[in-house]
Amino acid sequence: MNVINCLPLITKNSFRNRRRSALTIGSLMVSLCLLVLLMAMYKVLFYGGEQTPAQAVRILMRHKVSLAQPLPLAYEGKIRQVPGVKAVSLRQWFGGTYRDARDTRNFFPRFGARPRDLFIAYPEYEIPEEQKQAFERERTGCVASKHLAEKFGWQPGERITLVGDIFPITLELKLVGIFDEPNKFDILFFNWDYLRDSLKAAGTFDLDFTSQYLVLADSPDNVSRVVKTIDDMFDNSPFPTKTESELAFVLSFVGFLGNLKLFLLAIGGAVTFTILLVSANTLSMSVRERIREVGVLKTLGFTPGTIFGILLGEGAMIAIIGGALGCAMAQGFCVMLRNAPIPIQQLKAMNVTPLIFAISLLIALLVGLISAMVPAAGAARRPILDSLRHTG
Amino acid sequence: MAIPIAYNLRNLVVRKTTTVMTAVGIGLTVAVLVADLALVEGLRTAFKATGHPLQLVVMRKGSNAELNSTVTLEAFQILKAEPRLAVNEAREPMASPETLTIVNLPSVDSPAGMNLTVRAMSQVGVEMRGAKIKQGRWFQSGQREIVVGKSVAKRYPNAQPGKLVRFGRGEWEVVGVFDAGESTFNGEIWGELNQIGADFNRQDTVSSVLVRATDAASLQGLKNSLNDDRRLGVEAMPEREYYELQTSSGAPLQIFGLLVAVIMAVGSSFAAMNTMYAAVARRAKEIGTLRVLGFSRGSILLSFLIESLLLALIGGVFGCLLALPINGVTTGIGSFATFSEIAFDFRVSPSGMLAGIIFALVVGVIGGLFPAGSAARKEILTALREI
Repeated sequence: MNVINCLPLITKNSFRNRRRSALTIGSLMVSLCLLVLLMAMYKVLFYGGEQTPAQAVRILMRHKVSLAQPLPLAYEGKIRQVPGVKAVSLRQWFGGTYRDARDTRNFFPRFGARPRDLFIAYPEYEIPEEQKQAFERERTGCVASKHLAEKFGWQPGERITLVGDIFPITLELKLVGIFDEPNKFDILFFNWDYLRDSLKAAGTFDLDFTSQYLVLADSPDNVSRVVKTIDDMFDNSPFPTKTESELAFVLSFVGFLGNLKLFLLAIGGAVTFTILLVSANTLSMSVRERIREVGVLKTLGFTPGTIFGILLGEGAMIAIIGGALGCAMAQGFCVMLRNAPIPIQQLKAMNVTPLIFAISLLIALLVGLISAMVPAAGAARRPILDSLRHTG
Repeated sequence: MAIPIAYNLRNLVVRKTTTVMTAVGIGLTVAVLVADLALVEGLRTAFKATGHPLQLVVMRKGSNAELNSTVTLEAFQILKAEPRLAVNEAREPMASPETLTIVNLPSVDSPAGMNLTVRAMSQVGVEMRGAKIKQGRWFQSGQREIVVGKSVAKRYPNAQPGKLVRFGRGEWEVVGVFDAGESTFNGEIWGELNQIGADFNRQDTVSSVLVRATDAASLQGLKNSLNDDRRLGVEAMPEREYYELQTSSGAPLQIFGLLVAVIMAVGSSFAAMNTMYAAVARRAKEIGTLRVLGFSRGSILLSFLIESLLLALIGGVFGCLLALPINGVTTGIGSFATFSEIAFDFRVSPSGMLAGIIFALVVGVIGGLFPAGSAARKEILTALREI
């Protein structure tokens, strides 16, 4: 008799002790959900989320040493001449505080940018035409992403005050537009000229630099060549540059979270091992209770091989159900994360991709099979008479 | 009357495979928690050990980090004349003008490069931090020389004595390794103010000034007088407080670790529950017998709960032992206040381990309560009849 024909028996046996099966599936579900989330996080943090066509050609350029060091404005003309460069824009980080800095909810990235080419650099930002024009027209105007505006309940016309720390000035901004940002990031842009004028008025220094240049390549294939040309061009200048694709730029911040790679791997290993233990424990308990029954099956003509197969099948079935439920639960968490106020915005791109789904089901299957191996082999090998005589 | 605990212990030994598997599962959960707490504790220890109680960090008003701050040398000259400043053996006032910058070097953890703080300072600054040279010598005046903290030397293959590090307008020779106790200064690179300042065109300004008051009584007065002096335009903050604020850099990793531990605990509770239900099912006859002998339902409930707690305790202890080897391992975490790496050692503290054990016991209670309840509810006759 082959194992496939025993499928109804496997299903029935898997749920004969409903409470135990439910608890085991529950335990596997929670653990596998965690494992899936770790995988999704690993993917987003070390390989990045899905790249949109706009991101694929966007290049960020900053000072080689750090973001805190400036690049001269004179670089713009030189970058424009690099073959493969379609457009150049810039943005200046303005740290500062909004309302009360002690509440981390009040932190969001704010940049000075040029209204005329901001939306060329970010074609995926959707903004009504009249709001875009208002941003170009009004010197103290600013635009915010929809997610950010919703967080604070801002409407166009809202007055936003930013007290500077890197720059010793206070900006009095007026919200003139709200744009749709596909990743639901929090971000605000204000007029770069306003920053420059305010600094001049305060008599501090002339803003003849920027913290970042945004460079658009004419095609994704040219990105690596443009990056190399720019970095080579400025390598021996007093302001050497580090130019990289937007994706690489975002990923470079992951190092700030500490040695996360090792953390994720270690925790993932611990979780997998725990699942293995839970599953093995359940199966050995279940097999122990059925020693006599296995003896009866053998007298009915079931071969040791079939019995081994049936028990492995039980392990696999419970583990696969746990794994599938775990994936569903993880996806639920990912959806929740998308709208949550989390400081690491990249995590909003977390998703249970088909590959992650397949890997986790495979892990579940392997866990089920491996954990069933020892008890199943024991039951299959036990002599019939011995099994029938067993009490307990 | 209570059922002896030896009964529970023996039961755990009889079912040793199940016991071990369940306990190891709980242990791994506890290990994740203890490791997470060790990270937080290590970071806190490093920041607590940083800063002298009588010292103030002076920055431009409105700046909350030295990197964003500028103080003019003119202001420094006014500040230096302040009578409440302590003096060193050479009768110089203890006020150290310092300029901060950042270099990017490949580390063992991130070969792509991590940012490190470079602190350009005078000899007084070194003295005020009580750092000692561990290997090589201090930087010399007028030379393009730097010294690195011991954590930097441990984790950055390029920042070793004798090697050259490139930043500013050229190369700098690493001439020594310093030891600044347990403080976060171990993760910094130090060099001479005039040399480094010249490379960054900062001859007439510095990032911050570190000052020391003569005694605790004059500290507040010194702070107020600096903050109120309009010519200076500065804000003085106790050095201790300045560094303690930066402990929050570990928050994302801390929250992440806690979440993982809690999710794992839910899984472990289910597993423990499974094990305990099986124990109750196997011992139905025994439970009946115990009831016949006169043990109350309460004693039965308590006995199974204790057994579950014992099981969890074994797991908890195992988890603590598992997490113990990370004690003293040096790691780094990025700070958005300084845009550079803070180095610190993991610290598995007794309180962290206690938290791990308590966590395990909570898992034990959750896992044992329902099975123990079902054991206590069993009717004597049906229990005795069960096989």
